[in-house]
Amino acid sequence: MSAVLKPKPKAIVCDGNEAAAWAVTLARVDMVAVYPITPQSSLVEYLAKFVADGKLNAEIVDVEGEHSVLSVLHGGVLAGARAYTGTCGPGLAFMFEPYLRTPGMRMPMVMSIVTRDTLTPQSVWGGHQDAMSVREVGWIQMYCETVQEVLDTTILAYKVAEHRDVMLPVNVCHDGNYLSYGAARVELPTQEEVDAFLPPPSTNWHAALDPSRPMAIDPLTGGAGGPGPSLFVRYRKGQCAGMQNALAAIEAAHEDWARVVGRRHAPLVESYRMDDAEVALVTLGSMTGAAKDAVDEARERGQRVGLVKVKTYRPFPVRAIVSALDGLKAVGVVDRSVSFGWNCGPLYQDVIGALQFASQRPAAMSFIGGLAGADITTDHFGRAIERVRALAQDGQVGETVWLNEKD
Amino acid sequence: MYEIRIHGRGGQGAVLAGGILAAALVTEGKYVVAVPSFGFERRGAPVASFLRMDTREIRQMTNIYRPDCVLCIDPTVGRAVNVFDGIRDNGTWIQTTAKPIHELQVPDKVTTVGLCDAVSIALEIFKRPITNTLMLGAFAKTTGLVSLDALRAAVEDSDFRDAGLKQNLLALERGYNETTVHRLEKRIAA
Repeated sequence: MSAVLKPKPKAIVCDGNEAAAWAVTLARVDMVAVYPITPQSSLVEYLAKFVADGKLNAEIVDVEGEHSVLSVLHGGVLAGARAYTGTCGPGLAFMFEPYLRTPGMRMPMVMSIVTRDTLTPQSVWGGHQDAMSVREVGWIQMYCETVQEVLDTTILAYKVAEHRDVMLPVNVCHDGNYLSYGAARVELPTQEEVDAFLPPPSTNWHAALDPSRPMAIDPLTGGAGGPGPSLFVRYRKGQCAGMQNALAAIEAAHEDWARVVGRRHAPLVESYRMDDAEVALVTLGSMTGAAKDAVDEARERGQRVGLVKVKTYRPFPVRAIVSALDGLKAVGVVDRSVSFGWNCGPLYQDVIGALQFASQRPAAMSFIGGLAGADITTDHFGRAIERVRALAQDGQVGETVWLNEKD
Repeated sequence: MYEIRIHGRGGQGAVLAGGILAAALVTEGKYVVAVPSFGFERRGAPVASFLRMDTREIRQMTNIYRPDCVLCIDPTVGRAVNVFDGIRDNGTWIQTTAKPIHELQVPDKVTTVGLCDAVSIALEIFKRPITNTLMLGAFAKTTGLVSLDALRAAVEDSDFRDAGLKQNLLALERGYNETTVHRLEKRIAA
């Protein structure tokens, strides 16, 4: 069970897929099931290489498709293993049936979604549409801004997933292309640090494969008579409570990470230059870096603009969002995916839902950019800031703005 | 911030070159972000790779539209794409070519040119036109932004699918030594 790590320099240069593979290795994962799919492929290739090189002492199961990937991991988790996989787009779609079952069974595993835009038109490039399509299924979802965050978040995710009050699976979402293949300087924590941070996996004995204590896993529950309705409600309420408990567990895990490794990321939402801001952009994932640079440029022009990055997307950190945005004049929410039902971005829907609880509700507009690998540059964000400043003036919430429409 | 755009063709290692250069710069204390362009890059198709360096943390994970330096590791990719698109004033152009400078059309904005006949050298070393490590040597010679030692260490740490380490170290060395650097007067567009 022990991973043997060769001494590595503390700072390495790697892309997000390699960073995730290092995180899995440092987290001493017992079991990995894989099916490669662009832009996740190099991630599982790194894992296979780390296993072959003896760096990662895990069972690697090379199966025939994503449905089997997750089903195999269910067996492993029920037998007490710490489990990992990664997928995206069409792979996630093919995995959907066992994917639905995972949180209901309270299985604490981690799966990277190396985000990819969904069909159709045919696309192999980045976009959050795949992860957004499964946002209400009961998995915790955390998004990464940088390659460093990919590494740190993937390790942190195990601590959250396996927390006694949570016991839920976590998706660590890192942007296809921009983070999967984008390389940067990354600080690699030592094995000792990660061991001090992350205890051995905890088993959910309520549903476990134990030969000395055989049990039926996931029997038929519910219906309209007998104990069914109340029992089903108990499970559902428990699952919802686990999601809400995750908010505190995520904050605690980040606190521990900062204490042990010395690096601190905002656990739920990050406020950037928000102190005296009148308007703000709300961002998700790797787009945030360019957006921060655009905010700096606006600040240099004397404009009171800030930024709020959503790090934890599910459970949605309603209170943290409200406290970050309450009292602003206007907010522009930038999504890398669309809500077909609302003709806006899904994060925008969440934000305006949360702002229901604000004492002074800002006007809010939806921006959509970066679909199918498109770039969202500082120029795009500059235009978004101008639009949000106009919104602050006139309060007229316009149609959704598609940032790459005229690229 | 200094922005470099690497142009090549699928199979020549433009993306790997970006990774090696990034690793070398980091060992010298720089902050670096390298983002490849994305597509189904088949062998021979034009590809690009983007690299930013700075003395402080870099936040933008985006493509590069206004490069300070264009590094072309293929002799003919300039016919397929405008490699100078968006290049900044007093820009640097590093090109693999067998031609002398007076036979090349140098855009007015370019004031430093590094030329290396990397294809011919690669054919000697690898028996194939793999030019990426050669052109990293050319980059070091032309810009002085990274040391040959740091590049050598980064090459030693890299995984080469198609060629040996010794050959690549030799390629790096020869790329450095056999690059001619030309400083041009700042010219005013007619």
